[in-house]
Amino acid sequence: MPDIRIPAPLRKLTADQEVVKIDGATVGEILTNLDAAYPGLGERICDESGQVRRFVNIFLNDEDIRFLQEKETPVKETDELSIVPAIAGG
Amino acid sequence: MSDPNRPFFSNLKCRECGRLYPKEAIHICEFDFGPLEAAYDYAAIRQSINRATVESRPRTMWRYRELLPIDGAPTVGAQVGFTPLVRADRLASALGVDELYIKNDTVNYPTLSFKDRVVSVALSRARELGFEVVACASTGNLANSVAANAASAGLKSYVLIPADLEQSKVLGSLVYGTEVIGIHGPYDQVNRLCSEIAGKYGWGFVNVNLRPYYAEGSKTQGFEIAEQLGWRLPRHTVVPMASGSLLTKIHKAYKELAEVGLLDEQPFSVHGAQAAGCSPISTALKRGVDIVKPVSKPDTIVKSLAIGTPADGYYAIRAMKETGGHAEDCTDEEVIAGIRLLAEHEGIFAETAGGVTVACAKKLIESGLIPRNESIVLSITGHGLKTSEAVAGKCGEPQLINPSLREFEALLAAEAAA
Repeated sequence: MPDIRIPAPLRKLTADQEVVKIDGATVGEILTNLDAAYPGLGERICDESGQVRRFVNIFLNDEDIRFLQEKETPVKETDELSIVPAIAGG
Repeated sequence: MSDPNRPFFSNLKCRECGRLYPKEAIHICEFDFGPLEAAYDYAAIRQSINRATVESRPRTMWRYRELLPIDGAPTVGAQVGFTPLVRADRLASALGVDELYIKNDTVNYPTLSFKDRVVSVALSRARELGFEVVACASTGNLANSVAANAASAGLKSYVLIPADLEQSKVLGSLVYGTEVIGIHGPYDQVNRLCSEIAGKYGWGFVNVNLRPYYAEGSKTQGFEIAEQLGWRLPRHTVVPMASGSLLTKIHKAYKELAEVGLLDEQPFSVHGAQAAGCSPISTALKRGVDIVKPVSKPDTIVKSLAIGTPADGYYAIRAMKETGGHAEDCTDEEVIAGIRLLAEHEGIFAETAGGVTVACAKKLIESGLIPRNESIVLSITGHGLKTSEAVAGKCGEPQLINPSLREFEALLAAEAAA
């Protein structure tokens, strides 16, 4: 099962777990299953229309999913998905 | 000093949803990941300061302390800021405009870039919050400033930078005894790593968990421009954009001056400048969209602006649109021409980002987007010696002769004949 890295501001919803394991063949499926496992996480990551929020970056291994196929990006068992706040740096 | 019972700096506030947060080392809203920003009691500030009180204070950025997010007196970088605003008549005539000024942060204290402004605030706040280790993700200038200011404050520091930065910028961090960590990858990956480190270690990352404090330091460039113009705003301000933060904070500064009664409201435009090899913000503005499409592989000599995923891109676009500003980008050749134009006409040697500002201002003037008869300030943010390899071999070579008067006169004669 792929590893999902949870950023500090969302760990209240994952009982302080930094990494959780969630099944899914695509980024979108994983986000849906993540919300089922940890209710409330979904609305923090995606807005009302289901789009990943403006200030959230999602990386599959080291690549931003916006450079891949966004939520349709396929995910393998051994992959790591990181949810990272976009506001940093500069 | 502020009355502790009625602090001027009250809270952090989410820029998206307006939720209030305590003044801690946090930088994003838990609900929508929006940026947290310092919130002030402007009515109280309005009653406490006026032009005379500001003018009576030392000539540093801290003369505007009521509008900066720390609780006590600054303990780091008390001498930073109040750099010259230079009336640039020779450059104005080269560009064909009437009234032009250079805000010259190439001589900012102590590390020769505007980043000393933000670091002074961030490290003063880091001390108030009890941090003993400070860190940053940087394209170079911020690393230099964190390293120097942390050294003078006795704080341990780590600076994380892309491994391929200019030599002077790497050396300009190492010399202060900081821990320099070069990352194999572009700045955006350094930044992402820092976000993950900041969540794991109890360090004060100036541009991650201390970002709400850090970012406010940039406002002082805007405050100083207005005061140095005799308490008025330039009609146009051209600002280089990496994350877009400086542009949004100059915009905020100009508005706050009216808010606290130091200026009457007056029209102004902020314009953004980027290098063509990494221009996600100017590209979005020119296309008329709010969505900033990230650049995965920045390719430009302007490493200090090479941020492919600009954190404040969205807000920079809003600030430009709201003020009738424009964005422009320029090639590496235009950057070098811009550096030389500024140096040859005003005697100011700017780093590559300064070349971007000059080159883009030139294009905005030539295309008529900045009218030639209105006042213009160029924000020049860092010293040219920090990126000297970018212009090495592009400014000619010295003429070599023996210590002989005959050879010297032959050389002058050859020049006169040419």
